[in-house]
Amino acid sequence: MSGIPGFLLGCGREVTTGRRGYWLWVAFLLASIAVGAACYAYQARVGLIATNMRDDVSWAFYIGNFTFLVGVAAAAVLLVVPAYVYQWKPIKEVVVLGELLAVSALTMCLLFILVDMGRPDRFLHIVPLVGTPNWPRSMLTWDALVLNLYLLLNLALVLYLLFKTYRGRPYSKQVFLPLVLLSIPVAISTHTVTAFLYNGMAARPYWNASILAPRFIASAFCSGPAVMIILFQLLRRAFRFDIKDEAIWKIAELMAYAMFLNLFLLGAELFKEYYSATEHLLYTRYFWQGLGEHRALVPYAWLSLTCSLAAFVLFLVPRTRQNFLTLNLGCLLIWAGVYVEKGMGLIIPGFTPSTLGQIYPYTPTWVEWGIAVGVFGVGFLVFTVLVKIAVPILVGSFTAPDPARVESPGATPAPMH
Amino acid sequence: MTVPRLPVLDDGVGRRGQGPADEPAPERARDPGGRAPPRGQEGRRAFLQTAAAGAALAAFSGCGGLDEFFRRHFRELGPEELKAVLARIERRNQERFGRATTVRADGPRPGVEFGYGLDLSRCVGCRRCVYACARENNQSRRHPQIHWIQVLEMDKDHGVDLTHADLYYEADAVPRPGKFYFPVQCQQCRNPPCVKACPTRATWQEQDGIVVVDYDWCIGCRCCMSACPYGARHFNWAQPTLAPEELNPDQHYLGNRPRPKGVVEKCTFCIQRTRRGLYPACLEACPVGARKFGNLLDPESEIRKVMETKRVFVFKEDLATHPKFFYFYAT
Repeated sequence: MSGIPGFLLGCGREVTTGRRGYWLWVAFLLASIAVGAACYAYQARVGLIATNMRDDVSWAFYIGNFTFLVGVAAAAVLLVVPAYVYQWKPIKEVVVLGELLAVSALTMCLLFILVDMGRPDRFLHIVPLVGTPNWPRSMLTWDALVLNLYLLLNLALVLYLLFKTYRGRPYSKQVFLPLVLLSIPVAISTHTVTAFLYNGMAARPYWNASILAPRFIASAFCSGPAVMIILFQLLRRAFRFDIKDEAIWKIAELMAYAMFLNLFLLGAELFKEYYSATEHLLYTRYFWQGLGEHRALVPYAWLSLTCSLAAFVLFLVPRTRQNFLTLNLGCLLIWAGVYVEKGMGLIIPGFTPSTLGQIYPYTPTWVEWGIAVGVFGVGFLVFTVLVKIAVPILVGSFTAPDPARVESPGATPAPMH
Repeated sequence: MTVPRLPVLDDGVGRRGQGPADEPAPERARDPGGRAPPRGQEGRRAFLQTAAAGAALAAFSGCGGLDEFFRRHFRELGPEELKAVLARIERRNQERFGRATTVRADGPRPGVEFGYGLDLSRCVGCRRCVYACARENNQSRRHPQIHWIQVLEMDKDHGVDLTHADLYYEADAVPRPGKFYFPVQCQQCRNPPCVKACPTRATWQEQDGIVVVDYDWCIGCRCCMSACPYGARHFNWAQPTLAPEELNPDQHYLGNRPRPKGVVEKCTFCIQRTRRGLYPACLEACPVGARKFGNLLDPESEIRKVMETKRVFVFKEDLATHPKFFYFYAT
């Protein structure tokens, strides 16, 4: 591993060189982060009263974003499955990018949890050995465990693959494949455990439905790849990075099936609530119809459904799936649909009405928006930097000066395959 | 085994009737304008100041220094460490309020499991319990206002039905015609969902059945608030407002000691009183004797008499939380 200093220097060079568009983008992200930091400084000083969360709606915008992003991160697995299990060639090239997206999404997840905490200075209390994690009973300890495991796994995989490629060496299948295979159940479990965080709470009938985890997975398989499809096209243009059309169309086809499943599960949920029409219908009604004068979420509900349905049709029909204009429109629609469904649509109705029947109409404050902008800024910056390093390595323009020279004598040669 | 008995106090039976609504309605939690108190000029100035100060520094301001950072969990503290911790809290109180306080950590007594009874046919909805509780337990007074007891006004037409319950009723006189009142506080569940949800073991059930929170261990994730079916847990969304002259100096580590911002708090059956043989403050404040309290393990206790002679029920029994807070209709 004697090539590491050179590799790091090279990474620094890749990140600090770019055209005007790149610098404008980075400047925009840094400005977003500055906005977020200023808002967070204010929130840290006055407390979470800077948000519109109150006892009745005690989790809201931050946790909604967190939930959505866990889905985006988990979706990297959608690209791993066909690429490595079925050895399907066109997708294989882009799996690295899926994993980079997962790393960025997980960074944002952890940041959203952090900004939602009342006492982030006490984070050590949840750390094993140092603190007193209530494991295995508390679902949040499980969530912290699988999210961090998934983050480490993705980082290890990507670093290993990129470093090997940088040095012009083929990667060792004995190292790579077990890690990839492990990442599949871990990805599924991140989203399942996040669903269980809500699902396990008998106090909140809106979440206390066994359909929650399957729906989480189904919607994640829509939102994550939607980001990927748009990114692939951008990268293709910017880097002459070879991503075949068939790879993109295959992802789009898989998304159509996932969206069908998501809509079917939604239908099953709505049938159960409306037909049985118990007291628990209130939460669903608050989202879809409003309760009396409280109708804040109703436009979002129908917007989300319309977006999801339209995207489903666009992705199902081969003609619109293979037309890049309608394909990209579908991606935006899916993103919007799932973002509303997982953000406002899952968290807020779970709390409205409250456990004592009171309705607190929640909308985020400008501080919450500002902090969210900052967190997304960090996430996109992480992704930009990683892509800026990874793509030149993958296309072969950023390699070790002389692979033979940096090879240390002790390193095990990777088997060719 | 000798069972500690609670002193028999005048429970005010016979004074029932049209009580004046002399306590104000609680502050509304709703804030539909999209802005949160405190606001205005001061808020904007504060924002500009802190924006310059930096996020990391602000996040760590107001915490108790390295001693507290490296402290062990409350239940692992040895007697000497506990003494040091209690002394530190007394010092902190002195700095914050400029007043001398006594912070104790009386443990549970053997053979005691506390239970509470509430007579719905007597309660008149005067909210005296709510304010007595706030005074006794050093709750934040206004902006933000925290109440451990929430009195719901319900329609006689509907019975106990949360869809027809109003927490923010404002009345010139109570009880109002056609209405009855349903106070809710921590139900001290035998199977507490909040304890299960807490990721850091910052909340637990004591031997005498009281579910307590260590305000110095809570990370403010609010999992317990999502898990509680009774809305009994309250978060310090801002630094609590409590005037020094209103501070109750007689404090318990797991009970009424002042809280910092960013942590969860809840009713402890007045742990600082009941573990010393006194009634909870809400019971003493009740003008109509609707509140009963005692040791569930003592067949002669008031609460056991209630359970023997009346028919009691628990709130949301379908969730199997097994509350030790029993509702009944005495008449």
